[in-house]
Amino acid sequence: MALNSKVPQGPIKDKWTTYKDKIDLVNPANKRLIDVIVVGTGLAGGSAAATLAELGYNVKAFCYQDSPRRAHSIAAQGGINAAKNYQGDGDSTYRLFYDTVKGGDYRSREANVYRLAEVSANIIDQCVAQGVPFARDYGGLLDNRSFGGVLVSRTFYAKGQTGQQLLLGAYSAMNRQIARGKIEMFNRHEMLDVVKVDGKARGIIARNLITGEIERHSAHAVVIASGGYGNVYFLSTNAMGSNATAAWKIHKKGAYFANPCYTQIHPTCIPRSGDYQSKLTLMSESLRNDGRIWVPKNMEDVIAIREGKKKPTDLSEDERDYYLERRYPAFGNLVPRDVASRAAKERCDAGYGVNATGEAVYLDFASAIERYGKEQAKIHNIENPSKQKIYDLGKAIVEAKYGNLFQMYEKIVDENPYETPMMIYPATHYTMGGVWVDYNLMTTVDGLYCIGEANFSDHGANRLGASALMQGLADGYFVLPYTIGDYLADEIRTGKIPTNTPEFDEAEKEVKDRIDFFVNNQGTNSVDYYHKKLGKIMWDKCGMSRNEQGLKEAMAEIKALREDFWKNVKVPGTANEMNPELEKAGRVADFLELGELFAKDALSRNESCGGHFREESVELDGEQKGEAKRNDKEYAYVAAWEYKGEPADAVLHKEELEFNDIELKQRSYK
Amino acid sequence: MSEKGMNLTLRIWRQKDSNAKGQMVDYKVTEISEHMSFLEMMDVLNEQLVAKGEEPVAFDHDCREGICGMCSMYINGEAHGPDRGVTTCQLHMRMFKDGDTITIEPFRAAAFPVIKDLVVDRTSFDRIQHAGGYISVNTSGNTQDANALPISKHAADEAMDAATCIGCGACVATCKNSSAMLFVGAKVSQYALLPQGQVEAADRVKNMVAQMDLEGFGNCTNTGACEIECPKGISLENIARMNRELMKANI
Amino acid sequence: MGGFFKSSIGRKVAMALSAFFLMVFLLQHFAINLLSVFNPDLFNEVSHFMGTNPLVQFALQPVLIFGVVFHFIMGFVLEIKNKKAQGVAYVKNNGAANSTWMSRNMIWSGAAILAFIVLHFIDFWIPEINTKYIQGDWSGTLEGVEGFRYYEELTHKFVSPIRVGAYVLAFVFLALHLLHGFTSAFQSVGATAGRKKTLQNIGKAYSIIIPLGFIFIALYHHFNH
Repeated sequence: MALNSKVPQGPIKDKWTTYKDKIDLVNPANKRLIDVIVVGTGLAGGSAAATLAELGYNVKAFCYQDSPRRAHSIAAQGGINAAKNYQGDGDSTYRLFYDTVKGGDYRSREANVYRLAEVSANIIDQCVAQGVPFARDYGGLLDNRSFGGVLVSRTFYAKGQTGQQLLLGAYSAMNRQIARGKIEMFNRHEMLDVVKVDGKARGIIARNLITGEIERHSAHAVVIASGGYGNVYFLSTNAMGSNATAAWKIHKKGAYFANPCYTQIHPTCIPRSGDYQSKLTLMSESLRNDGRIWVPKNMEDVIAIREGKKKPTDLSEDERDYYLERRYPAFGNLVPRDVASRAAKERCDAGYGVNATGEAVYLDFASAIERYGKEQAKIHNIENPSKQKIYDLGKAIVEAKYGNLFQMYEKIVDENPYETPMMIYPATHYTMGGVWVDYNLMTTVDGLYCIGEANFSDHGANRLGASALMQGLADGYFVLPYTIGDYLADEIRTGKIPTNTPEFDEAEKEVKDRIDFFVNNQGTNSVDYYHKKLGKIMWDKCGMSRNEQGLKEAMAEIKALREDFWKNVKVPGTANEMNPELEKAGRVADFLELGELFAKDALSRNESCGGHFREESVELDGEQKGEAKRNDKEYAYVAAWEYKGEPADAVLHKEELEFNDIELKQRSYK
Repeated sequence: MSEKGMNLTLRIWRQKDSNAKGQMVDYKVTEISEHMSFLEMMDVLNEQLVAKGEEPVAFDHDCREGICGMCSMYINGEAHGPDRGVTTCQLHMRMFKDGDTITIEPFRAAAFPVIKDLVVDRTSFDRIQHAGGYISVNTSGNTQDANALPISKHAADEAMDAATCIGCGACVATCKNSSAMLFVGAKVSQYALLPQGQVEAADRVKNMVAQMDLEGFGNCTNTGACEIECPKGISLENIARMNRELMKANI
Repeated sequence: MGGFFKSSIGRKVAMALSAFFLMVFLLQHFAINLLSVFNPDLFNEVSHFMGTNPLVQFALQPVLIFGVVFHFIMGFVLEIKNKKAQGVAYVKNNGAANSTWMSRNMIWSGAAILAFIVLHFIDFWIPEINTKYIQGDWSGTLEGVEGFRYYEELTHKFVSPIRVGAYVLAFVFLALHLLHGFTSAFQSVGATAGRKKTLQNIGKAYSIIIPLGFIFIALYHHFNH
């Protein structure tokens, strides 16, 4: 099947408006006859469910958590971008569009990104109207901060809990519809397969996680908003339950999976402390606004610090290597995430890591505290303030900005980040790749949509900070509710979809068989045993830098691990009860397939772009020596994979990317 | 503490399902590092149980960074354990010492029935939110410009402080009366403090309080325990504000 | 408004309002009793006024009795409801980690006060009602006593060390009850944080000084007669 992105014709500025004007609509009376299933209740799923219900569709929403409010969007800290230009610093829709395409290393679809930038301003209006308590300045207007990879301040925030507040906003919109009976909410339910009838998505098979019951749910369209697959690495900043099962199941039923190798390794996470580690904790990118990243310049100091003979605060400015400021003077500590992560890895690989594992760099707030302290002293007319006074004043400002993050750090690491620099290291955070969708956000299966992090659409090979929240809400509030109408307009005469059909029988049987296998398999190894092994392969060979040999090994190792899993996995308990091990088993089984496709995709893309860094493809000389080298001639396409049984047999379909409004350039942050 | 880590006895509530009778069961774990989080220690126990062919202890958890509100353990007689300002997932083993016996129970309240082991049903919280935890605004994208209505920084900050509630239920679990007033008070306050919330303020507080009562939560006697145990430091002031709002709504 | 007092918050407001009333009553009761230490004659006169004034007797007294009964019954009703809301009890509960003993045991300090009030009624109120309403003696005098009888009766009651001991103990419970109850009542009617610190201090002063004063009066009469 040839890929048709269905991008409307016309100048980029008018595409979305013109398209909306011409799109098919469903009249209000008919919307009542149409059911839509939404899987996942994060920013994308939650906002989509609320909006679709508000329009009049009957929505069934599913989440595996005990409440839609707990979806992992809640953990997003720093903020949400919008081209409001409230700061008057030259921001515009075009600039947000440009920054996003450039930040994504020219691997995203122009039309989608422009639309995203276009609706971004509406998101802020919407959220404020919903009662989202964004940070404000003393004049009562909204405050902004700056994020990596851009030169303007366009990030709106609510302390370090922006994701939480936006999600609670979407959750409140859902609550209103649940109360009206327009959303039927299924908490503690996990989608285990999609059901296709005559080539169209017509329902899902879900497991009630409390009783273990397998349920059939039908609808005229199915929306997948189940988030990313970062947990394929075992250790990531994702929630423990975050999984790719919904996305992977639709892939196996015909939805192409795009660019799985585009993964974001976030530069500022709390380093690993031991083998028992279950997850990694992000420290918001917003910290790079004020924190300076460094490692010691001299190896003796590194050793002394590791042995506890020296403290980081003992080192003078001359003895520190602020390597981001050194390598990228224009953007300094605010280079995009992929660049910052690789730079940290480069220093640590060279032996300059500052903790026992050798995998940590410093994020230092001492100069920010001093700068703010002096500023405050001036504001308050304090003449000749003492060092302590400056520190106190500055600390108060830093605390107001990042207090909750500092507290979180202290609780985890047991060190006071006001007094000693934080230790950070990159960790898997976000997956730009995902289910391929067209301009309508529909997958290659009719009536099956995919939104938010679960799709591949807007971030190319690297996502800029504070753009995930923007995309999730844009898809859910302002894009999908329009585009889905175009499809559903033809469904008004379909009538209720029955669930007693052979298609549902078959899908349910498949699901039940798999569950029965797990609970009956008398294996020897726990699910986590396999998940950790998979994670190690992924991190070592498909991590921040990749090469041909490693990727080939990864494919073989994952395949072998998968085979072992299906022989020796052990799942205690039964199918008809709450069984967390059984839930994990299903998820890890899917990761064991996805991981291999990931490696295959990374292998086939022999260029370095965004989060995907191939050691074979680097600049060899000039100012950019050692930096990633993109290859637009051969790889300016979206790799959409079609499932053919084994992941290794997946067939590649290319969606060539056209850049009419942005000139392809080397991404320089020097 | 030795290099080898701590040896601990865990006294855990086991209950097969909502209808079963539960009881406390003792388990031993060894070589627990002080840097582990409490839930990582539970992972160690569960891996041990799986290896022995026993059923692992079911407990709610998800983000493991203190924001989703899913984790919910009553540890040594306190919601989220002995540390302050943390959820169970952020509690670290450095709070305990070698040889300790740690009692682990589910959050208790009639309105939070146990589903299994340490997992409880907190959908009563959701139903309270359905009753009025929202501002009735359509997601048309045609709302007025976000800066058209300035809101004082003070009000916005206070609303944010209330909105920071993660809905974990520690307030209820801690309260000797199993009262949900801190949770409901926080939501009522968030909207009461913002101009957008004024239109529906009276109905909101009446409906949410009515639903809270219907769910079988107890009455607040102002012990203040909820505020102390709240991982997000939600202030008692929110309860006072809700009381005022309800009185106002009825006058 | 009827719905309001059926709601959980309405009930706590009602609890608080009855508490305010009782606290005001306690204050005036204390003030009158204190007179017995400094000026027995004035004490007698005020007592006679309170005991015979129709407004006090037929308006304030029933309200007071209603207030007391309401506060107790509501207290017990809420306690039962709260117990029910709790469901299964914890095996281990460390209440001391997050709340004061007083706040957790209002029902017990309340019950102790109730027991005291029963004693108090037997001591003073029932004989008083008997004298006035059954025997019809509104003179306020007693045979063999010069002037009014109230001071004499008061001092007589504090002869027994057991009774004095019971009174002292009861006032300790009253102090404990007030230490939480005072600020709690204000919180229930929505007093704001800004006023809280001052309120807390006033509450502490009230909760300690008033019961201590009552104890002083009891001991004073015990040791001086």
